[in-house]
Order: sequence, then structure tokens, then C-alpha cells
Amino acid sequence: MTTYFLRRALGAVAVVLVLSAVVYVTFYVAPGDPARLACGPRCNTEQIRQVREQLSLDDPLLTQYWHFLQGVFTGQDYSTGTSVLHCDAPCFGLSYQNNQLVTDMLVDRLPATASLAVGAMAVWLAVGIGTGLLSALRRGGVTERALTWLTLAGTATPVFISGVALLMLFCVYLEWLPFPSYVPLTQDPEQWAWNMLLPWLALGLLESAKYARLTRSSLLETLAEDHIRTFRAYGVRERSLVARHALRGALAPVIALTAADFGSIFGGAMVTEVTFGLPGIGQLLVNATQKIDLPVVVAVVVITGTAVVIANIVADVLYAVADRRVALR
Amino acid sequence: MTAGTEPLVSVTDLSVAFPTGDGVVRAVDGLSFTLARGGALGIVGESGSGKSTAAYALLGLHRDTGAEVSGSVTVAGHDVLAAGDAELRALRGGVAAMVFQDPLSSLDPYQAIGDQIAEVYRTHRKDASRRAARERATEVLDRVGIPDAARRARSRPHEFSGGMRQRALIAMALACEPRLLVADEPTTALDVTVQAQILDLLRDLREETGTGLILVTHDLGVAAGTVDELLVMKDGRAVEHAPVRTVLDTPRETYTRDLLAAVPRLNVRRKVVAKRPVPSVEGAVEGSAEGAADTGVLLEAEGLTRTFGRGRKAVTAVEEVSLTVRAGETIGVVGESGSGKTTLGRMLVRLLEPTGGALRYRGRDIGGLKERELRAFRSELQMVFQDPVSSLNPRRSVGESIADPLRAAGRLGDAEIVARVRELLERVGLDPGAYHRYPHEFSGGQRQRVGIARALAPEPRLIVCDEPVSALDVTTQAQVVRLLGEIQRDLGVALVFIAHDLAVVRQVSDRLVVMKGGRIVEEGAADTLYERPGHPYTQGLLAAVPRLEKAEAAA
Amino acid sequence: MTDLLSTPEPAAGLAPASGARQVWRRLRARKSALAAAAVLGLLVLLALAAPLLAALEGQDPNTYHDALVDSARGGVPLGDFGGISAEHWLGVEPGTGRDMFVRLLYGARVSLLVALGATVVQVLIGLAVGLGAALGNRFADSALTHLTDVMVSMPLLVFAIAMVAVVPADFPRPLLLVFAIGLLAWGSTARLVRGQTLSLKKLDYVSAARLTGGSSWRVARRELLPGLAAPVITYAAILVPSNIVIESTMSFLGVGVKPPTPSWGQMLSTANTWFRADPAYVLLPASMLFVTTLAFTVLADGVRVALDPREASRLRVGRGGRESRKSRPGGTA
Repeated sequence: MTTYFLRRALGAVAVVLVLSAVVYVTFYVAPGDPARLACGPRCNTEQIRQVREQLSLDDPLLTQYWHFLQGVFTGQDYSTGTSVLHCDAPCFGLSYQNNQLVTDMLVDRLPATASLAVGAMAVWLAVGIGTGLLSALRRGGVTERALTWLTLAGTATPVFISGVALLMLFCVYLEWLPFPSYVPLTQDPEQWAWNMLLPWLALGLLESAKYARLTRSSLLETLAEDHIRTFRAYGVRERSLVARHALRGALAPVIALTAADFGSIFGGAMVTEVTFGLPGIGQLLVNATQKIDLPVVVAVVVITGTAVVIANIVADVLYAVADRRVALR
Repeated sequence: MTAGTEPLVSVTDLSVAFPTGDGVVRAVDGLSFTLARGGALGIVGESGSGKSTAAYALLGLHRDTGAEVSGSVTVAGHDVLAAGDAELRALRGGVAAMVFQDPLSSLDPYQAIGDQIAEVYRTHRKDASRRAARERATEVLDRVGIPDAARRARSRPHEFSGGMRQRALIAMALACEPRLLVADEPTTALDVTVQAQILDLLRDLREETGTGLILVTHDLGVAAGTVDELLVMKDGRAVEHAPVRTVLDTPRETYTRDLLAAVPRLNVRRKVVAKRPVPSVEGAVEGSAEGAADTGVLLEAEGLTRTFGRGRKAVTAVEEVSLTVRAGETIGVVGESGSGKTTLGRMLVRLLEPTGGALRYRGRDIGGLKERELRAFRSELQMVFQDPVSSLNPRRSVGESIADPLRAAGRLGDAEIVARVRELLERVGLDPGAYHRYPHEFSGGQRQRVGIARALAPEPRLIVCDEPVSALDVTTQAQVVRLLGEIQRDLGVALVFIAHDLAVVRQVSDRLVVMKGGRIVEEGAADTLYERPGHPYTQGLLAAVPRLEKAEAAA
Repeated sequence: MTDLLSTPEPAAGLAPASGARQVWRRLRARKSALAAAAVLGLLVLLALAAPLLAALEGQDPNTYHDALVDSARGGVPLGDFGGISAEHWLGVEPGTGRDMFVRLLYGARVSLLVALGATVVQVLIGLAVGLGAALGNRFADSALTHLTDVMVSMPLLVFAIAMVAVVPADFPRPLLLVFAIGLLAWGSTARLVRGQTLSLKKLDYVSAARLTGGSSWRVARRELLPGLAAPVITYAAILVPSNIVIESTMSFLGVGVKPPTPSWGQMLSTANTWFRADPAYVLLPASMLFVTTLAFTVLADGVRVALDPREASRLRVGRGGRESRKSRPGGTA
């Protein structure tokens, strides 16, 4: 077990390092000139030269990457003409847009993304697993057909369609809800919840389709196993068959998927955030991309990659705990 | 429900049909039989005879599967087909209990074995406390011969051996003291020595508890020593139903006689037919050791070893095996599962690379050759595989499969290849017109014949047959074994015949090798080895083989 | 979509249901799949005939019609349902007055081209990596499998968006999208190919083919590749709708195709502004997108079921017993 974690941790570090190197190199070396981007469209050659110097863009690539890593792990100082700005670890540099610290921008955006992630996950777990179990246990009936179609439609719908549909329904025609605008939880919990309701539903209901399919197929597979037949042949009720002998094995892949999805959602549920105007990390990334704000893009990509790598280790462990036939290797 | 003379099981005109995409399959068709209280009935038949389907009907296991069941089934006074859900649940496990075939997959992998038995007990004894249920589980586990039952009850299935798992399944069946045990191929997945122990256990339990037994099996030998009556089934119908000795000694029906005749016997010596002179091994491969041609040695393994995996997880499947195959002879390799016999066979034809030792083919070491270098030898060393399903590509016609080695060699023209394939099809007893048909149109036995034809196509000097008949029914088995014997005699090709069934091997082998745990424990002329086995392991193996004959059984 | 990835192993003792004809028969029996195929056929036809239909209507995708929008009300189209008229069959775009019918048709071209192109790239990379891992030595397998694992776990959209940020602005956007999606989302295909190849490799008929003395390439071509066709086609059918969603999502976020090239996702990016004043403008591209992805998903699901013999017989395996499988002998040393 210890060796397993050690090996996985080393592997994770390696993946994150390689990932950050690839991202860094493609972003700062490839086509465009970062100095020109950082400086803005109205800069003359002299100003660009100054920026190049300031960002040490003329250093060898390896040195640049090393500085980037140093920044991430130990922090860095930036001179902004007159004053010196200290950037604590983890430091991802300064935004080209407004010379703000990228780390600060991310921290500002985290609450909205976290609010969305937690709520939507609650919705998709409850609805997805519930629907999946129901459609697996009501096989051959109208319920199953209806649920199958609903989940198919769900997997085929992009979030911006379901989001717009919900907005039109609840905010325009029924006028039950105000047009959502983000209110921090710390400021007003009740308003926070009301304003997050539609984003939660839009993202959660769609994701639940994926979970419903997985739960259903996994439970059906488990129910077709020989050991279920044994207990059926010994007069055990269908209810306890599912509860005692099928559910645990059937939910193992669902739990693993949850952990993995939770990791990637922190890269921001971009579409949901943009559709509902939530000031989250995803929205930040989209804006940064449009304005080619490289430090922000690199930071989001590296952080998301790290979150996903960690989440996958957690997912594997949870899977092995739930399905004891799987050994951690 | 008047107890007394009423039979324990009474089945009248039972039919079970499965609707499939291509129409309705009648698995059981108008079956009737009765079983007296405490009696033991063996239902025997080949695959597809409907024997398991009939047994499942006794517990109403076809309910809700889409199968159409008609007729009547009464078990201990319960009308199984008409029973309500609650009554059926009470019957299952409480009155009649099932012992399934595959003991690993039939137990919940996540739960302790004791807990699973306790759960079944509490399902039927609602007033039993958890503690009482656990005690009952330990008690029955102890009864079926699980050592240190109280502790082992906490183990999960994968911590048990195959035989112990089968015992645990029997213990589960015993938990609620049912009046009838239905055992569906309970020993098929087990090695012969373990099989003998499980059959002994079933016999003891019957004597002790007076429970009725229905034993479903394809193996007449298994049924012979365990039950009082035999019901022979074919195509969903009863062919013959009589006391076991009557069926075995004076079978009435032709089908029963054929079935009995096909059962391989240990005490039948191999008919030694004058062999055609062994083709001389001329034109030996370049660089062959001198003398190889003189002694007729074809293939020589010396200290052959194969290890899978690395480091702490390394498993040695074959260890230091030395073996000599001479041109034109047949060597039988027997062993139980895990003995390394298949790994050895695959190394002999170099589908696997040995990790140690030397493998010399006609004097040249081929043990370490690369795939490219092996191509020159491939046509001379062929293999017949165990599984008739996976050994033929389902997407190619059987003719093309057989033609493959000829096309790869590239020596013959298209017309010559087709002619040769037709000749080979005829040689293995198939219609030469079958060239363009696909594997799924053939039965298991026919597919094995195709596999043999494919192995013969490049005119090999040695064919390794890896359990070529173990997936086949007994009558088909006999035919395929006979065919292999004929081919060996007519063509003078050397055979290495791998099997777990000692009786099958005896019919074809000149010499015999017994393997255990990756090593050879005994080696010798076939007759000597069967009549006077030297090694205790061989003796045990021979003693465990179920027999049809009374005299033998008593011996 | 993990459940769509499980590769069924042929059940012991059952003949593997193969043969294109059987698959076709099972597919035909599913009405939903047929209906989906019909819808998609129509859509492809419309997309192909877009210039023709545009000429028939007498409009083109990029001409502004300022007279048809109410500039006083921020550019809402004049007339009912987004300004439907004899000249503009599905009305005009708010703000610009461009013809909706033609823009929707050209949008279909973009969606389908990007999705299919990306699928081709995904399948090719997936095949190369998957086969390389399954047939290569231990080192190649472990390296490629790790790479695949990383690719599968990384959130596609974040990386695709980032990729768009670094590529020069003059690179043709549809092609960029094809590569962004194709180069990033091949992981699950590679995983499928590797798994399938490994299980095929274990089959005895592949061993038998090795014994014929033919070259390794001959064995791979004749015995392995045909066995991969069915699962890879199924999986490609699942990839197409997901690629359509990715394209439209990126266009929605403003990092997809660039104006004035029409795209359904891009039309929806201003939905928040317009859905009160001009619901037709939101509903048209949304329903086109929804119907297309749903049709692809339903068809892919049908193909998957038709190719999976286990799925077809699931009802019988369900509860209780069926005829016992052929005895499984113990000798697998």
C-alpha cells in the first residue's frame, strides 16, 4: 500500500512536471511574441524590447522554465517600473491584461467555481444514480423506456442549450426566478443559493445523464453475474439482492468517475459559467484565451492538470476500496 | 400434502422453451420423471440435451426469464410452476437447494463465506438471531470438511481453493436442511482428485441426512458411483430411465449404448497397430548435431523453464523439464490444472519463448530464435488447440483457415491449394464442399476437425495437441481421438497429446509424462505407467478417476 | 461515457455474433436507430446542397439587411418569428439582418466537417497508439499506456481552448478545431484499441496464424485488424456527436470558428442577449444542434447494441437460469 502511494505520487509529480513543461514551451516559444502580447498593440519596438528584458524572454528556454518553476515553488519579485511587486509561491506571474498577480485572480475566482462544482455534483449524483438504479430495476417497462430516452437526450445536449432553456423557462416565461447574478456565500447564503439554483440544475441534470447510463449498465452487469443467481436460487428477495450483493460492486465505477470529474470541474465548468455569467475560473480562462493572456492560461492549465492527476489517484483508491476484486497495482 | 408414499419430486410432461431471435428453442420437451424421498437420480446427457434446464425448473428458476414453461413440477408437495412468489422463495433453499457449477463465480466476491451462508439461513429462518445464523454457518462448513471452520468462515471466496469453494457451496445448500439437493455439474470445474473428494462428500451427506439428490452431469463416471437411478437425456427428452446398474450393464437404447461405448476407459490397452516405417529424418537442418538423424530424435527439451512476471510476483509455470520426442511417436502429457502442461506444449512449438533451458529441433537449438528466424521451422511444428470456438477466425471461411499455412508458404498455386484443402477436409472426415462455410456453422467436434486439418496442411513432423477434446461431448471426444490416432498411424507424424483426462490419453499414447507443479513427476511407457504407477501422485490420480464398472469401482 | 467503452468479451461457448449481415439485421430492427439515420441523411443532404438551396432562396450567408431589423429596438428583426418572410424563409439574424436559413445550413456544414474530420484524426491516432501499445514491447506498452491515461484524464475543453490561444490567428479555424479536438481527444479510442487487440491476441486463432510461418504484419493484417473494425466503428459513431458538441461549445465560447463563418454554437453565444426579444433566433440553432447530436447519439447507441451480442441477449441472461454453458475444463495451466 505504501509503495503504491509512493509510486503514484512520484508518477503524479512526473506527469505534472512534463505537462507544465509542454504547456510552458508551447505557450512562450510557439508562434506569437509574448513580449508583443504582454505589451499590448500600441507598443513601439523600444517598449517591446524593454518588456522582453523584464520578462527575461531572451534567456535560454531551460532557464526560463526553471524561473517559472522557481516562481511556482518559492515565489518571485517583479519590478513594475517604479516599485517591486512580490509574488508569493505559488506564483504564476503577472497577467498581461492588468498586471495583477495571476494567483490572486485565481483565488478571487475560486469561490464561484467551487459553489458551482459542489452543488452541481450533488444534483448529478442524486439524479444520476437514482435514475440509473430505477431504470435498471424497472426493466422492460414504460419507466425504463422513458428514462432511456431522457438520458440519451441528456447526453446529446450541450450545457449552453440546457442553460438557455432553463433561463427562458424560469426567468422569462414563468418569472419564478430572477436572472442569476452571483452572490458570494459569505455575503448572503440565501441569495447565493437562489442565484446558483439554475446553474446547478443546468450542469447537474446534464451530467446526471452520463451517471445514469453508467449506473444502469454497471448494475445490470452485476445483476447478470453468477453469484446473484446463487442468492436468487436461495430465495433471497430481489430487494436485498440488489442492496447486499449488487450495489456495492455496481457503484464502484460510479464513485471512481465522480472523483475524476470533481478534479476536472476545478478547471472550471466554462460553459456553465459563461452562460450564467458566473465569475469562476472557467470564465477567467475563456476571457484570457480571447485576449491571449498567456500567464493566466498557463496557470489554469497547469492547476487543472494537477487537480485531475490528484483526483485520478483518489478515484483509483476509491474504486479499489469499493470493488475489492481490484488490486492496487 | 399427504406425506408418506408421495414421491419427493414429480415432474410431468415438462417443457421449457426459450424464444430467441431465430425462433423458439425447445430445451426440454415433454419430460416426466419422479424421485422417491431420499432417492438419488443422475440426469446425464451431452451439451444441449436440456439436463440443466430441467434441473433449474425444479426450483422455478425460469420464472421471469422469458422462458415458456409448461407441464407440472411438484417438489415435496409444492406445485413449483403455480406457486406464488413467497412460496417459491420459501421453496428455494428451504425445501430444495441448488449447488451450482462454477464455485468461484457463484459466491459473492465481496463477502465472507460464513456471512453468505448465514444470510441464506436467516432468509428461511426468520426468527434466527444473527449469532445463531453465524453458528449454523460454521456448523455446516465444518460438516463439509472445511478445516478450522470458525476461522475460515470469515474468509472471502478468493481465499479458498476451488475444491473448498465447492464445499462451501454445498454447505450453503445444507444450511436450511433441505429435502432435496440439486447439483448442477458440481465437479466439472474441478481436478480429478478434488472431484473424487466432492463426490465422496455428497454420498456421505445423503447417507447421513437422508436428503434426496438430483445430480446433473455430462460424465457417466461421475454419476455411476453417486446415484441410484439414471435418467439419460437427449434433445430435451428422456431416452432411458432405470436403476444405475441396469443402464450401465444392460442399456436398452442405442443412444445410451453409444454414450457408454464412447466413455474412455483406463483399463483398455492401446491397440498397437503395425506402424508404417517412420520416415527417416533426412536432409537435417544445417548445423544439426550429428547422430540426431540416427536416433530419430525430433525434438529435445533439456531443462526447459518458463517464468511469467518478474520480481516478487514471478511465477514459474514450467521448471526444468526435459523431454525427448522421437519421430512418429505419441507422447501423452497429463496433469491437473496448474501443472504447466499447456505452457510446456506452447513452448514446444515455440509460441512461447522458454526463459531457461534448451529446446533442440533436429539438433538445432530453436529455444531463443526470434520470430523471423522461426519462420523456417513453423510449418514443421504445428498445434491443435483446446477451445474449438477461439481457435478459428470467425470472419474467415474454414477453407481459408486451412489454406493459410499453404498460402503463407507461397509454394503452391491457387488451384493446387484449393485441391489440397479439399483433400484435407476429406481426410478429417468433413465434406470437401465445406470450404466456403464459416466456423459458426459447425459444431464443436467439427471445428476441432478443421483445426486438425489446418495443423496437417503444412505436412508437419510434430503436432502438439493441447487438450484437443476436453471441450467436447463424450461421443464427439471418442471420434476426434480416433481420428488423431488414425492420422498419427497413417502419416507417421509425432504427437504430443496434452490432457487432464488420464483415460483419454491412454487410448493414444506410447509414452506418458505426468506433470505436477511445473515439473515432471513420472515418465514411462504408457502400459507400465497405468498398470504399475510408481509415483504416489500418479497412483492418486489414477485412483481418483471415476469408473463405470462395478468391479473397478470396488477395487 | 465509460459505460460505452466496456468492450464485451465473447461469452464462452457462444459463437461470437459476427458478420455484417447479422449486425445490419439487428440494427434494422431498431426503429429509433433507423429514424435517426434518416434524420442524419436529410441533414447531410441539406448541408451538401447548401449553396444550391441558398441560390434557390436567393440569399447568401453574409449579406447584411439593415432594413429588416429595428435599429431603434437594438436590432430586433421586424416581423413575426424573427422576421420570417417569402425572401427569408426562417427570418433574419437580429442586429445584422443576415438570412437565418442559409446561415443555419452553412452552420451544419461547419459542424459536420469539423466533427467528422476530428473523428478521423482521433481514430487514426487511437489506432496507432493502441496498436503500438498492444503489439510493442513492454517499454513501448508502458510508455504509451501512461500517455493514454494522461490524455484521457485531462479535461479536453481547457486544453483545446488553450491550444487555440497559441496558434496564430491566420490559421484556418475549422482546420484548427479539427486538430485541437483530434489531437487531444484520442485517449479513449487508443484505450479501446489496445484492450481489444490484447484480447484478440490471446485467441488461439492468432496463435495458429503465427504457426503458419507468415510474417508478423501478415498475421496482424489478416487476424487482428478485421477484429478491430466493429468496436472502432462503434466508438467512432459515439465520437461524432461528442465532437459536434465540442465544436459548438468552443464556438459558443468565442474560441471556435471565427465570424463571419456561421456556426450554431456561435449563434447561441449571443443567446443571452436575444432570447427575450427574439426567441426564434435562439430556438433555431439550438434545435438544429439538439436534433443533430441526439440523432447521432441514438444511431451510435443502435450500432453499439447491434454489434454487441451480449446486449442483444441480455433479457435472457437476466434472472435465474438458462441452459448451462458448456463445461469448462480445468486444464489451463
